[in-house]
Amino acid sequence: MLHPSTSSAAGAAGVAAPPPTGTVRLTINGQQHTLQIAPWTTLLDALREYVHLTGTKKGCDHGQCGACTVLVNGKRINSCLSLAVMHEDHDITTIEGLGSQSTLHPLQQAFIDHDAFQCGYCTPGQICSAQGLINEGRAHTEEEIKEHMSGNLCRCGAYAGILNAVKEVVDAKSNEVKR
Amino acid sequence: MNPFTYSSVTAVEDAVRDNASHEGAAYIGGGTNLLDLMKENVARPTHLVGLNKLPLTAIEPTPEGGLRLGALATNADTAWNEEVKRRYPLLNQAILAGASPQLRNMATNGGNLMQRTRCYYFYDTATPCNKREPGSGCSAIGGFNRIHAILGTSEQCIATHPSDMCVALAALAATVRVSGPSGERTIPFEDFHRLPGNTPERDNNLEPGELITGLDLPAKGFEKNFSYLKLRDRNSYAFALVSVAAALELDGNTITDARLALGGVAHKPWRDQEAENLLKGQPATPETFARAAAKVVEGAQGYGSNNFKIELARRAIVRALKQAAEGSQHASDVFLNSNP
Ligand SMILES: Cc1cc2nc3c(=O)[nH]c(=O)nc-3n(C[C@H](O)[C@H](O)[C@H](O)COP(=O)(O)OP(=O)(O)OC[C@H]3O[C@@H](n4cnc5c(N)ncnc54)[C@H](O)[C@@H]3O)c2cc1C
Ligand code: SF4
Ligand code: FES
Ligand code: FES
Repeated sequence: MLHPSTSSAAGAAGVAAPPPTGTVRLTINGQQHTLQIAPWTTLLDALREYVHLTGTKKGCDHGQCGACTVLVNGKRINSCLSLAVMHEDHDITTIEGLGSQSTLHPLQQAFIDHDAFQCGYCTPGQICSAQGLINEGRAHTEEEIKEHMSGNLCRCGAYAGILNAVKEVVDAKSNEVKR
Repeated sequence: MNPFTYSSVTAVEDAVRDNASHEGAAYIGGGTNLLDLMKENVARPTHLVGLNKLPLTAIEPTPEGGLRLGALATNADTAWNEEVKRRYPLLNQAILAGASPQLRNMATNGGNLMQRTRCYYFYDTATPCNKREPGSGCSAIGGFNRIHAILGTSEQCIATHPSDMCVALAALAATVRVSGPSGERTIPFEDFHRLPGNTPERDNNLEPGELITGLDLPAKGFEKNFSYLKLRDRNSYAFALVSVAAALELDGNTITDARLALGGVAHKPWRDQEAENLLKGQPATPETFARAAAKVVEGAQGYGSNNFKIELARRAIVRALKQAAEGSQHASDVFLNSNP
C-alpha cells in the first residue's frame, strides 16, 4: 500500500499535484530494501535507479526482448512490465544474486565457455531466464530449450552459443538428479 | 506514464468498491498489457486497483463436472495445470503458443481476455484511431493493415483481438464470471467480446467497474481430437496472423461433435457454429474439412495488405481439422504448431 501524504498540495492553477511517493519494501537477493518511490516506478527502474543494481538491463521497456528478466519467487518475469509496488511480499533475484565475480554461477561459466555473448547486453536477462527455465524443469531437448528461451532476444545473434551453454547446465542438472 | 495512485486489495468486494470510488480507475492484473499502453500514453488511468492479492488464483472442479479457472491464476499456471493438460489440452496448446515464458508467468487469465488490439495505429497517439479516440477515423483502412481483420469488420474499425488463449476458450464454450457494482453475473464466452460496429472503443460487454473473477470450462474438453494451429511471422514470441482452434469428437471416422474458432481474423475470437454444423455427422475427410473452411471465409473481406489472410485462414482450417482428426497434437506439444 502506498500511503498518501497528509499535505494537500494541489497546484494554484487547479492542477492536481502528482500523487506523492510512498514506501515500498522489496527483498532483493535476500536483502531488504526500503524505497521511497512513486507508484509508477517499474520493478526494472526500482532495481536500476533506486537500488543501483544495474546488472538487469533495459532493452525495449515493452516486454519484447527479455533483457530485463529477473526471478520473482523463482519464476522469471519481465521487470519492465511490472510495478515495484506489486512485489512487496516477493523474493526477487537479479543477476547480482545468482553469482559473484569470485564465484561464478554455473550458467555464467557456461556462457563464457560457449562464447554465448558478444556485446553482453542481453546476457543477464538470458541467464536469469535460463535459471527460470531450469527451475521450471520442462525443457530438456534442444528444441524445447529454444522454445522456452524464445522470450530473450540477442541482437548480436549469439543464439547458438546460448543454446549450447544452457543445454550444458540443463544436462548437468538432470545427471545430478539421476545420480 | 501519467501519475496515478495505487492500492492493493485482498477481497473482490474491496476491488469493486475501490474501483468505483476512484474516477478514472483501472484494475491491474499482471500489468503486461496495461503498463505497456500506459507507457505509450494510450491508457491513462489515474488510479490502479492492484489485484494480485485477490484469492482468485485457484483452478478447481465445478459442480457441473467442468473446471473453474481463477481470474488471477497466471497464464503459465493455467497452461501447466495437470487438469488443464489432461482434460483441456487445446487450452494448454493455445496459451503456450502465446507470448513468452516470462510474460505467461505474469499475465493473468482475466487480463488475457481484456488485452487490447495490437493495431499499430491504436498504439500511435499521433494517428487517428476510432478505438482510441472515437470519431477521429480509422488509419488502418487505407493504411498498413497486414495484421488486421477479414471478418466482422466495420467502416469504423478493422482491428483484431490478439489473444491465443481466448480462441481456445471460444471453441471450448467457456463462461466468464464477473462481479460488479450491481452484483454478480455470468457471460457466455461468445457474448463477451464484441464486433466493432459503430462503437469500436468497446472491446467487450463488460460494464464499467465490473471485475472478471473466473472462467468456467464445461465438462467436455475434446481431449482426444484437437489442434491449435498458429501461423505467424516467426515461430515463437509473435502474435498470430491466423490461428485456428479445432476440436472434434469422432465415432469411427464420423464426426459427432465439432468446434471451430479462429484468432487473428476478427475483433473477437471468431467461432463459426454454421461451419461446425457442416462438420457434424460427416466423415472426417479433406472434403468435409474444405466445406467447413469455405463456409468460414465465405464473407471474408481483405483491406489490401491483409488479403492473404483469407486463403491462409482457409488452408489453416483444413490443416487444423486434419491434425485434430488424426489426434496428432498433445498437451504442451508446442513445437508441432506450425509443422504440417
Ligand atoms: C511482447 C508481447 C507479446 C505477446 N504475445 C502474445 C501472444 O502471442 N498471444 C497472446 O495471446 N498474447 C500475447 N501477449 C499479450 C499477453 O497475453 C497479455 O498482455 C496478457 O494476457 C494480459 O494479462 P495481464 O494480467 O498482464 O493484464 P493487465 O495488463 O494487468 O490488464 C489488461 C487489461 O485487463 C484489465 N483487467 C485485468 N484483470 C482484470 C480482471 N480480473 N477483471 C477485469 N479487468 C481486468 C486491466 O484493467 C487492463 O485493461 C503479448 C504481450 C507482450 C507484451
Ligand atoms: S483498425 Fe481499429 S484500432 Fe486500428 S486504427 Fe482503425 S479504429 Fe483504430
Ligand atoms: S526491457 Fe523488458 S522485455 Fe525488453
Ligand atoms: S550478446 Fe549482444 S545482444 Fe546478446
